[in-house]
Amino acid sequence: MAKVTLTVNGVKHTRKVEDRALLVNVLREDLGLTGTHIGCDTSQCGCCTVTLDGRAVKSCSVLAVQANGSKVTTIEGLAKNGKLHPVQRAFAECHGLQCGFCTPGMIMATVGMLKDNPNPTEDEIIHGLEGNLCRCTGYINIIKAVKKSAKLMRGRAR
Amino acid sequence: MYQFNYVKAKSLKEAGRLLASHGEAKLVAGGMTLIPTLKMRLARPSHLVDITQLAELQGIKLKAGRLEVGAATRHHQVAASAVVRKAIPALAQLASVIGDPQVRNRGTLGGSVANNDPAADYPAAVLGLGATIVTTQREIAADDFFQGMFATALKDGEIIVRVVFPVAKRAAYAKFAHPASGYAMTAVFVAQTGDGVRVAVTGAGPGVFRWKKAEAALAKSPKAAALDGVALDSSGFNSDIHADAAYRANLVRVMAKRAVAKLGRK
Ligand SMILES: Cc1cc2nc3c(=O)[nH]c(=O)nc-3n(C[C@H](O)[C@H](O)[C@H](O)COP(=O)(O)OP(=O)(O)OC[C@H]3O[C@@H](n4cnc5c(N)ncnc54)[C@H](O)[C@@H]3O)c2cc1C
Ligand code: FES
Ligand code: FES
Repeated sequence: MAKVTLTVNGVKHTRKVEDRALLVNVLREDLGLTGTHIGCDTSQCGCCTVTLDGRAVKSCSVLAVQANGSKVTTIEGLAKNGKLHPVQRAFAECHGLQCGFCTPGMIMATVGMLKDNPNPTEDEIIHGLEGNLCRCTGYINIIKAVKKSAKLMRGRAR
Repeated sequence: MYQFNYVKAKSLKEAGRLLASHGEAKLVAGGMTLIPTLKMRLARPSHLVDITQLAELQGIKLKAGRLEVGAATRHHQVAASAVVRKAIPALAQLASVIGDPQVRNRGTLGGSVANNDPAADYPAAVLGLGATIVTTQREIAADDFFQGMFATALKDGEIIVRVVFPVAKRAAYAKFAHPASGYAMTAVFVAQTGDGVRVAVTGAGPGVFRWKKAEAALAKSPKAAALDGVALDSSGFNSDIHADAAYRANLVRVMAKRAVAKLGRK
């Protein structure tokens, strides 16, 4: 067992976890943050994407002990004072989802992408979401949503 | 996943000691190969020794015509590094097409080179540029390091500290990525160095290899057309549901030509 301290969505949590516990399981089971999904066993679907010290990672492929001392943001941490984050708003407005299973991961990957590249081209968006799979949408509206997210975040919308 | 004990090493010495005293201990760096392997119960280490935070394994430096990259450097750091982009742009480009952004935010140079996946990207640059792998015990030339599928010259307990890349006159990387996994179905790294042209191929065979006949042809004429008709022995090439050996052999030539064409544009 290991003692792990994580600052998740701005709140510090300390938990005793098994050395082998994955970050995603600690988020979902120990902290009750079930917005982060698990869609595969092979590190490929990206449903579990969160940001770790500001960078998008697959939380199913990081041990909680490796994240000790880090800042984690999950989908639950994006909205502020009941107002959706611009990326969440863009996904809703552009219908960037159908069943919604992949959406938390898509949104967190988009947050990570726009931090490095606030104004991505369509090609850069496609490559930027290579680590996220969607079984429903066909991606067209997801790409639209990322474009709109970038616009909203640059404060140019409306 | 089976149980194991996780230890964050405080020094390279401590990491070495842990590996020496626990026969079933394993290093973990970015974990992008190891953790999926553990999840499938394909490995059962007693200890995981984390080395990603060690100071000796960090940093990107240009020194006397050689680019030194610490083993714990993440793929995204290489891709974004102004030093790498200026000294060996092809290396930064290669790092930017490994897997996906989340994988690049975790995976490290040392882990990729130590793992030597037959479809991995970095081995092509390490071999193509004739780099040197510096470990806790010695320096190993790329030509001696890679020994076929998942096999390297590394001994038990030996840790990669950094990789030293000679700065090439020109270099380029062309990759045909598997559309689902992102790994190379086949990819070719071409470098014009002080000692001639080097052509390294990944994804096609059981491990990265040099296509020496292509090197000889390009030394005479550094143009894509020089590769038409150059012999390529595909007898040991990978054949799977994605591509058979003959298809991969064709890809080797096409990717090599694309890389040579990119050289010309630089
Ligand atoms: C979805 C997905 C897609 C991917 N796509 C690609 C791709 O397109 N191209 C590609 O090249 N790779 C790809 N990878 C693999 C990725 O690049 C890994 O980061 C890399 O193979 C291993 O690096 P790591 O730091 O994560 O190593 P780890 O997984 O931590 O370790 C891998 C092995 O190396 C050993 N090791 C680690 N560091 C050292 C060291 N310094 N000295 C000695 N031994 C060491 C470990 O003990 C272990 O055996 C992909 C991975 C995933 C999950
Ligand atoms: S659950 Fe599929 S990549 Fe993490
Ligand atoms: S919306 Fe259903 S998987 Fe993407």
